[in-house]
Amino acid sequence: MTEYLAVLIFIFAGVGIVLVTFLISRLLRPDHDYPEKSLNYECAEEPVGTSWVRFNNRFYIFALIFVVFDVEAVFLFPWAVAFGQLGLYALVEMVLFIAILMFGLFYAWKKGVLKWA
Amino acid sequence: MIDEAVASIDLNLIAPELTLLITACVILLFSFARSMQRGASAVGFAGLVVALVLSANQWGHQASGFFGMVTCDNYGAMFKIIFCVASLLALLLAVRYFSQRGLNRPEFYALLLISTLGMMVMANTSDLVVMFLGLEIMSVPLYVMAGYVRRSLESNEAGIKYFLMGAFASGFLLMGIAFVFGASGTTDLRRLVTDFNFIVSNFDLFLSLGGALVLIGFAFKVAAVPFHAWVPDVYQGAPTPVTAFFSVGPKAAGFAVLFRIFTFGFGDLEVLTNLFWILAVLTMTVGNVLALRQDNIKRMLAYSSIAHAGYVLVALAVGTQGAVSAAIFYLVAYMMFNTGAFAVLTMLETRAGSKSNFSELAGLAKANPYLSAVLALFMFALSGFPPTVGFFGKFYLFASAVNNGFIWLAIIGVMNSFLSVYYYLRVVKVSYFDSPEGAWTPVPFSTAIIVVLFVTAIGTLGLGFFPGELLKLSQTSLIAFL
Amino acid sequence: MTLDVAIFFISAIVAVFGATMMITVRNPVASVLYLLVSFAAQAVLFIQLGALFLGVVLIIVYVGAILVLFLFVVMLLNLRGGEDLGQPSRPMSRFSKYLIGALLLVELVFVIRGSAGGTDQTVTGMMGPVVETFGSVQDVGMLLFTTYLYPFELTGVLLLVAIVGAVVIAKRETEREAAQKKQLVEERGHSSEEKVS
Repeated sequence: MTEYLAVLIFIFAGVGIVLVTFLISRLLRPDHDYPEKSLNYECAEEPVGTSWVRFNNRFYIFALIFVVFDVEAVFLFPWAVAFGQLGLYALVEMVLFIAILMFGLFYAWKKGVLKWA
Repeated sequence: MIDEAVASIDLNLIAPELTLLITACVILLFSFARSMQRGASAVGFAGLVVALVLSANQWGHQASGFFGMVTCDNYGAMFKIIFCVASLLALLLAVRYFSQRGLNRPEFYALLLISTLGMMVMANTSDLVVMFLGLEIMSVPLYVMAGYVRRSLESNEAGIKYFLMGAFASGFLLMGIAFVFGASGTTDLRRLVTDFNFIVSNFDLFLSLGGALVLIGFAFKVAAVPFHAWVPDVYQGAPTPVTAFFSVGPKAAGFAVLFRIFTFGFGDLEVLTNLFWILAVLTMTVGNVLALRQDNIKRMLAYSSIAHAGYVLVALAVGTQGAVSAAIFYLVAYMMFNTGAFAVLTMLETRAGSKSNFSELAGLAKANPYLSAVLALFMFALSGFPPTVGFFGKFYLFASAVNNGFIWLAIIGVMNSFLSVYYYLRVVKVSYFDSPEGAWTPVPFSTAIIVVLFVTAIGTLGLGFFPGELLKLSQTSLIAFL
Repeated sequence: MTLDVAIFFISAIVAVFGATMMITVRNPVASVLYLLVSFAAQAVLFIQLGALFLGVVLIIVYVGAILVLFLFVVMLLNLRGGEDLGQPSRPMSRFSKYLIGALLLVELVFVIRGSAGGTDQTVTGMMGPVVETFGSVQDVGMLLFTTYLYPFELTGVLLLVAIVGAVVIAKRETEREAAQKKQLVEERGHSSEEKVS
């Protein structure tokens, strides 16, 4: 029960802070609505086209490599915790695993996909 | 704990896999230097040969390691040899095909090797989790290989379709494994059999559900009807050497796993037998009927590969050791004549603008009598004429069905074979008796493809004359199974 | 109704709601965000089951990384949600759609009845009782680096091939390569493009 209480307080506090700030800004700000205000903000220029643009496909590779190393980081966490019991044996395993992934990064790097030219 | 862990690591068990991984990495290193790129295919070839030898070395050894995650037996070794040979043949076809199109990049060979590695992982384990990982390691390179010709819309389409269907199938498979694990507490088939003799004592709903989902997952991979819809577009759109590999390698890997799971892991379940019966009949009939009306040879061969998967599924329905050894025989035979047929297509596609339509074959016999002769040989083998190995493959399969009381299944199979004669012989007819519409474009000479043609033709005929040896080998591969 | 059950139902309903909205909304970005909602709720379910580590992994990997990748792909394809998604399905495919749905429903009922009614409660004793440390990071770590060592290293190979495959597919040709290919094609009189996309 008490654990849940902490979580509940956390949730309520999180939602509450957002609501309160909205409320305060609502009370404090002047309220003159005209159409230009709801336009996308583009350095105070008149916006051209929509805010939805096609991304460069380089982003995709970056995101993918990020996912790969995110997974690696997730594996490192239990490894670090279990390391005390497993010692050198686990070290060798993890080094192998990281070496395989590093090779992938090395490959992508040498192929120039990380360059933004 | 640690001593136990270290003791169970036996690199000998995964020597072929390690070889392929290291070779693939070396090939990727080659891709950095422009001058080295040409050597990539040679390195890949050498790596595959070494892996083949190491796999053959594992024949006769019975061992288990890595906490039971790796199981070495004759069965695994047999399939590893099949994968290596299929991969070697595809590599030889690819060298010519891609270098002519300016696409002969080292990455292709690295992907091919890693895909083969995945198949080996699948065949070399009795654990469902490892099988799943092997399947993914096999499939991810295949998606890329299907879409390898990026400028071709068809190739892109093939890659995307294969990827979406493959991902979908993986979902089924994973769900199935989760159900099996939830019901039994283990993903190891051996423990499922020994500790948990569920078949006789209790028919667990979750376990059956898991088994069914696992079956669906692999049925996608071996292209059994009704999970075949992706096959024609993918086979037609993918580069021809890749298609040759698709129709042999992943299919054999899928069957390797299916036999391990359903014939020896899940055992003799009445429901399963009926299910496989229906799957087999549907698969061969739909494949053959749809193949009748194709104008593109690659597409025709795609449907034909569905039909052949149906013949192999007969062995799963029968489910005895004899049937499985007949199926292994069939897979080896199919690898020979099917790769051969695709080798002829690859050769023809070295001509400009070739799309492997039937009409392009017209006049082949006059211009290239040898090429059309081997093409005819492969077509006869595909339709199962003696004395080619295709006849014995079907004979052993259907004989095992008859011996175990599956007479109707055998009759339907034989009728299907007769049906298939029509479209296979249409290839022969067009190449021998039709005259070309315009002038015949000569077919350029290519050593690598000739080697493939030679090997597959020898295999098709030689194994047809001495089928007993191969059958004995595939029977021995089942000794001390699991 | 204890608090546990209440939390289970709330997060289960949110998870199913998110998944349903994900496949029904037309705007792909909204679809991805609904998937995020579903994942977050599923993470709560995992944590409730005692699988702390899995819950955290779900948040870190799926919400943190994979959804970002999804968003990039959506932006890459430049879908706006207003697209015509093809013609309405033909009667035949609509029929099979409902048929499969009905089959799955029957199956679901079967499963629920099987698990609640208890004619064949054959859940084995193989797993043994759930230990105190079940699902903890240390437990996962010990398993991962002993029993599941081989699958773990295979995961590395899988990730490697994912990187290589993505680079092969997504990398633009450099100008030099393109020029080389053009020259090769001209020499051989063979077009590598069947249809230029």
